[in-house]
Amino acid sequence: MAVNYGSKRLVVGAHYGLRDWLAQRVTAALMVLFTLIVLVKVLATRGPLGYEGWAGIFAPQWMKALTFAVIVALIWHVWVGMREIWMDYIKPVWLRLSLQVFTLVWLVGCAGWAIQVLWRL
Amino acid sequence: MTELATPSRPQRPEFRNINAFKDLPTYRWPLASIVSGMHRVSGLIMFLLLPFIIWLFDTSVSSEYSYARFSAAFGTGLGLLPGWFIKLVALALIWAYLHHLTAGLRHLRMDITHAVSKEAGRHSAIVTLVLSLGLTAVLGAKLFALY
Repeated sequence: MAVNYGSKRLVVGAHYGLRDWLAQRVTAALMVLFTLIVLVKVLATRGPLGYEGWAGIFAPQWMKALTFAVIVALIWHVWVGMREIWMDYIKPVWLRLSLQVFTLVWLVGCAGWAIQVLWRL
Repeated sequence: MTELATPSRPQRPEFRNINAFKDLPTYRWPLASIVSGMHRVSGLIMFLLLPFIIWLFDTSVSSEYSYARFSAAFGTGLGLLPGWFIKLVALALIWAYLHHLTAGLRHLRMDITHAVSKEAGRHSAIVTLVLSLGLTAVLGAKLFALY
């Protein structure tokens, strides 16, 4: 374990900065990849897309698994970003905490809905 | 600190406890900070409209019937909301997504290449604005059936 006493004692920060910074970028890269895959599949469709073509994109099991991973990446990404906005602009602690709790409930609820849609296909 | 206050240095305005009405209008907004501010705004828009985004996903993939409802939302409307309003919201989402994507790629590029000089930042901000607004115009014209 790292030395955490004497002159090397850590006295500041919760030390989630690097983790959040990296998570923000990794989840973003995953969502860019997902966007490209959907875009290629849409462009590769011959004729008008319609319901069959569009729903067919999300039908393969690997695409469902990827979309699931993207939904999780998305809410993680949004949590880091929204928390940053609340921390920067909302100073009263009670209001900031309320907004952060609202953000978490909102995101988890939305993710649940999206995942349900995905596995009904 | 005393050195900073010597008269040889130009007096700069100092902002503490920023007042939105008094101080914000005097802020300078270089292009890079406009892109940064819009990155936040676009993220917030998508966060607030997340249920609508999932509704679009739900109705568009679930069944032929729901797909018809999805299409009708952009024509006859959705509930009390007319079709043109749904299209405007969709346009806002298209812009928000494209801006967030291009500004995000700009950040990733900065992280990888360390191209963080003032001039490079201004240049990439211009590229970001041209790309995101240009693509929004192209897709928006398609949305409103201009071509």
